[in-house]
Amino acid sequence: MAVTKLFGASIKRREDPRLITGMATYTDDLTLPGMAYAQIVRSPHAHARIVRIDAAAARRHPGVVAVFTGRDLAGALKPIPTAWLIPNADLKTPPHPPLAVDTVRYAGDGVAVVVATDRYAARDAAQLVEVTYEPLPAVVDQITAAGPGAPQIHAEAPGNLAFRWAVQGGDAGAAFAEAQRDGVVVSQRFVNQRLIPNAIETRSVLARYNSGSGELTVWYTTQNPHIARFLMSVVTGIPEQKIRIIAPEVGGGFGSKIPFYPDEAVVAFCARAIGRPVKWTEDRRENYLATIHGRDHITDLELAARTDGTVTGIRGKTWANLGAYLSTAAPGIPTILHGLMLPGCYAIPNLSYEVQGVFTNTAPVDAYRGAGRPEATYLIERMMDLLAARLGMDPAEVRRKNFIPPDRFPYTTAAGLQYDSGNYTPALERALEAAEYRRLRSVQQQGPKDNRYLGIGLSTYVEICGLGPSAVAGAVGFQGGLWESATVRLHPTGKATVFTGTSPHGQGEETTFAQIVAEELGLPIDDIEVVHGDTGSISMGWGTYGSRTTVVGGAAIALAARRVRDKATKIAAHLLEAAESDLVFDRGRFYVRGSPDRAKSIQDVTLQAYLAWNLPAGVEPSLEASAYYDPSNFTFPFGAHVAVVKVDAETGEVELRRYVAVDDCGRVINPMIVDGQVHGGLVQGIAQALWEGAAYSAEGQLLTGSMADYAVPRAHMFPRFVTGRTETPSPHNPLGVKGVGETGTIASTPAIVNAVVDALRPFGITHLDMPLTPERVWTAIRTHARR
Amino acid sequence: MIPAAFEYVAPTSVQEAIALLQQHGDEAKVLAGGHSLLPIMKFRLAQPKLVVDIGRIPGLDGIARSGDTITIGALATHDAVERSGLLREHCPLLPETASVIGDMQVRNRGTIGGSLAHADPAADYPGAVLALDAEIVARGPGGTRTIPARDFFVEMLTTALQPAELITEVRVPVIGKGTGTAYVKHAHPASGYAVVGVAVVLEAGGGTCRRCAIGINGVAGKAYRATAVERALAGRALDEKTVAAAAAHAADGVDVQGDLYASSDFRAHLASVYTKRAVLLAASRAG
Ligand SMILES: Cc1cc2nc3c(=O)[nH]c(=O)nc-3n(C[C@H](O)[C@H](O)[C@H](O)COP(=O)(O)OP(=O)(O)OC[C@H]3O[C@@H](n4cnc5c(N)ncnc54)[C@H](O)[C@@H]3O)c2cc1C
Repeated sequence: MAVTKLFGASIKRREDPRLITGMATYTDDLTLPGMAYAQIVRSPHAHARIVRIDAAAARRHPGVVAVFTGRDLAGALKPIPTAWLIPNADLKTPPHPPLAVDTVRYAGDGVAVVVATDRYAARDAAQLVEVTYEPLPAVVDQITAAGPGAPQIHAEAPGNLAFRWAVQGGDAGAAFAEAQRDGVVVSQRFVNQRLIPNAIETRSVLARYNSGSGELTVWYTTQNPHIARFLMSVVTGIPEQKIRIIAPEVGGGFGSKIPFYPDEAVVAFCARAIGRPVKWTEDRRENYLATIHGRDHITDLELAARTDGTVTGIRGKTWANLGAYLSTAAPGIPTILHGLMLPGCYAIPNLSYEVQGVFTNTAPVDAYRGAGRPEATYLIERMMDLLAARLGMDPAEVRRKNFIPPDRFPYTTAAGLQYDSGNYTPALERALEAAEYRRLRSVQQQGPKDNRYLGIGLSTYVEICGLGPSAVAGAVGFQGGLWESATVRLHPTGKATVFTGTSPHGQGEETTFAQIVAEELGLPIDDIEVVHGDTGSISMGWGTYGSRTTVVGGAAIALAARRVRDKATKIAAHLLEAAESDLVFDRGRFYVRGSPDRAKSIQDVTLQAYLAWNLPAGVEPSLEASAYYDPSNFTFPFGAHVAVVKVDAETGEVELRRYVAVDDCGRVINPMIVDGQVHGGLVQGIAQALWEGAAYSAEGQLLTGSMADYAVPRAHMFPRFVTGRTETPSPHNPLGVKGVGETGTIASTPAIVNAVVDALRPFGITHLDMPLTPERVWTAIRTHARR
Repeated sequence: MIPAAFEYVAPTSVQEAIALLQQHGDEAKVLAGGHSLLPIMKFRLAQPKLVVDIGRIPGLDGIARSGDTITIGALATHDAVERSGLLREHCPLLPETASVIGDMQVRNRGTIGGSLAHADPAADYPGAVLALDAEIVARGPGGTRTIPARDFFVEMLTTALQPAELITEVRVPVIGKGTGTAYVKHAHPASGYAVVGVAVVLEAGGGTCRRCAIGINGVAGKAYRATAVERALAGRALDEKTVAAAAAHAADGVDVQGDLYASSDFRAHLASVYTKRAVLLAASRAG
């Protein structure tokens, strides 16, 4: 490959050939001798008392090995823990049994498990488990659930309140008093609807328990194998050193594979109980019912501003629907990752915001791509447009006016976060230029053509990435560290294996990580293997989420590689009989400054490190190093997006004509992979604005229970995206990178809604809740036209 | 998603298939492309004991012309219909309709016979076969009969087919000069099925509508002919205003369906708008 500089090159993803030719090995592809299959029997009711479970017919079914109920498991397994215990919020953590014992709390709650010699028998027998339910009243929306007289879901959480969390900064009361006197206050209720994550691979677990050695091995679809090992140990009581968790190829997660679900504990229990390996693979319907959902906020928000457009304060309250149980990270998503980001990229000095976490009879809600930050960005970006409309200002102007100026970084926000670096105006100007903003505004001035209304929407965002400093994790109640581990091992032949504690599952880090090591050590990229997702070969790690993999994991790898280089330099200096300080290391070769012809290659040095015939005094044999990188701060990528839509006023149909995304994720290791991440994020964020939305009936039945009802976006629904970049390195990250896995999802949703509302301005429409289906748009036009 | 256990048999002739269906009655189901049957089996909404795969019966997938009629074999896939040169030239409504069914995988497997026999009210073919006054040829224990499209759709998921009858072919007329056709559709963003789909066959002359036939699917419990619109257009000028006024009757007299995505009010409105657009498009093609 004629690439001279690997860092910054658009190298094709090395994982793709196996993925697109079907040669990748996923959990469900694995078969072990004697393996049995589990099927979980799930409640059809959203809320009910379990009166009786009769499994006799299921046990008689040919091929059935065992049937277990919640009661059978109660003594053997601990409740499923919550791992983000936010402080000062009166957090309630009602027990979450691996299988329901007395009460089911959502349609999809597990009540029994059938294990059989093949998956067909397991599925058939599951239907024969007779469960007698006494239905209880159910509640699905969070405001009703938090209100008086609502059905109570957990005795431990009166009023269905899981927590009450707040953030204050400055003096919001004074800011609003002033704005009411001689400024403006805009207020709006926002619904950020519930979404279903839809990873292409559903969840799957294969557990093997060796009763001779007492070892439990679990292959499964997790984004964080070491956290899973820790929680598996807590729930099963099997000592952590006897547990090995392997994440083979994992087909996407978007956050839905972070949690430790009841199902993995149940499958591990079954394997141990019957003495055979047991596999369970979720089908798509089960995935919709029982894998976590995302978002689901209702917010009342107010913004205070001066008449010149300067924003002085923001205050409000959100009701976050958490579903029936607290999933692993659930409490932290609508609070720490959401509330703290409410001020966005603006210098807003005064803030007062409260979030109530509410239990309902729905599937648990946890992190979904962006996790809290899309909800925050949606709120502030809609508010900026409402303010612009109120003041008759251009939405771009309102934003420019309120951006945190570049000379104020690092900048401490009213929410207490310190943004590392930023330069927001250039990104906005570049996006406006690429979208031909001025020209479009003048076209818009000429009025609609053929009853089709042009709309232009902006979204300027900042997000919190690279989770994160461990001390902060501890302070906000995250029950873990957030540093990352890396080991770079050179083999005697000069090839390298890199071990990372992150767990990529589609993002392409096998490629970017190899680029980092190739750059640091001057090795050919194809000589570098990246190993991840196995607690048996990787000492420790915290996994892949929160756009942390490259930022934290990549930094750890760079540090480990630099340590390897330092040691290699010592050996090379010894072999070249020169002082270390006289050596030059260039593209894999060590030489004495001025005599590049007499060089030792990194491969030569590596071999000598292993042979150890002639090492300098005090230098140990072999050539490998580990690093444990704990970031000093989060990183804060930012950018500006512009959406251009046409709304057909006759049908309410929205056509997305053009989409421009200018993102700043710091230094870019592989532009093609960054573009890919941005594209994927845009697709998901745009889909929330226009099509996606999970719905439950009042009784708690999931109405969008399949892909025939729930609109997963497809390629043909989008225009060709225009992407651009500015580059503002993170000052504290060893690679200067900021993270890009979630930017697209975070920025795009409000850009689309702003564009559609902008198009509908002639009708006097100021806000519409998502998804912006044709009927919603048409109904709004009709009711406003009538007024 | 795993269907209930079933037996599978692949007969090699229509007679053999009919005999199997006769023998097994209600417990047997015909399988063609499988793109409607298998999903409902996986949801266990259908649990046939025997699946009779007609997909290997030779000679059921041809597309041929004789005189003023084009005959399409029941096993012709949506993709084959979309690509057929014969149909594109002489009955372009069907390729246009086929081209917007589902996605490429669906079009590669799904068959015209299967789609019609399944009679999903949101499927795309029913409107087109109604507008074309197509004939559905069925073969059963009692021999072969021809069912006019307008008698074929009985209600949601129910057709005029007898229990052991198979569709063997569909016959459509050759579309002559002076007649334009069009199919326009508002697709459901999730399923891809028609929320509203309007098929029009329109004979024009001197800027007026001589005769038109309009088939609508997606709107009611079964596809129907929008006879009120047809009557309102007959002999009238084909300008936008006249067409819009006529199209306002697109859902007259039918029980309009509502769901999470589109209420019955909105669907009725879309039916009018899409009918207007389909008529104008067909008129523009009636050169
Ligand atoms: C993801 C997806 C999206 C789709 N989107 C659309 C869409 O947008 N528009 C649309 O119109 N359709 C859509 N479909 C349905 C698709 O067109 C099906 O192929 C079609 O409805 C049925 O045809 P088939 O050959 O697959 O029939 P099968 O599924 O094999 O059979 C369907 C039914 O017809 C019976 N049957 C089949 N052939 C015969 C015959 N010759 N004689 C008598 N009975 C028979 C079967 O017994 C069964 O009851 C979609 C399907 C999927 C899976």
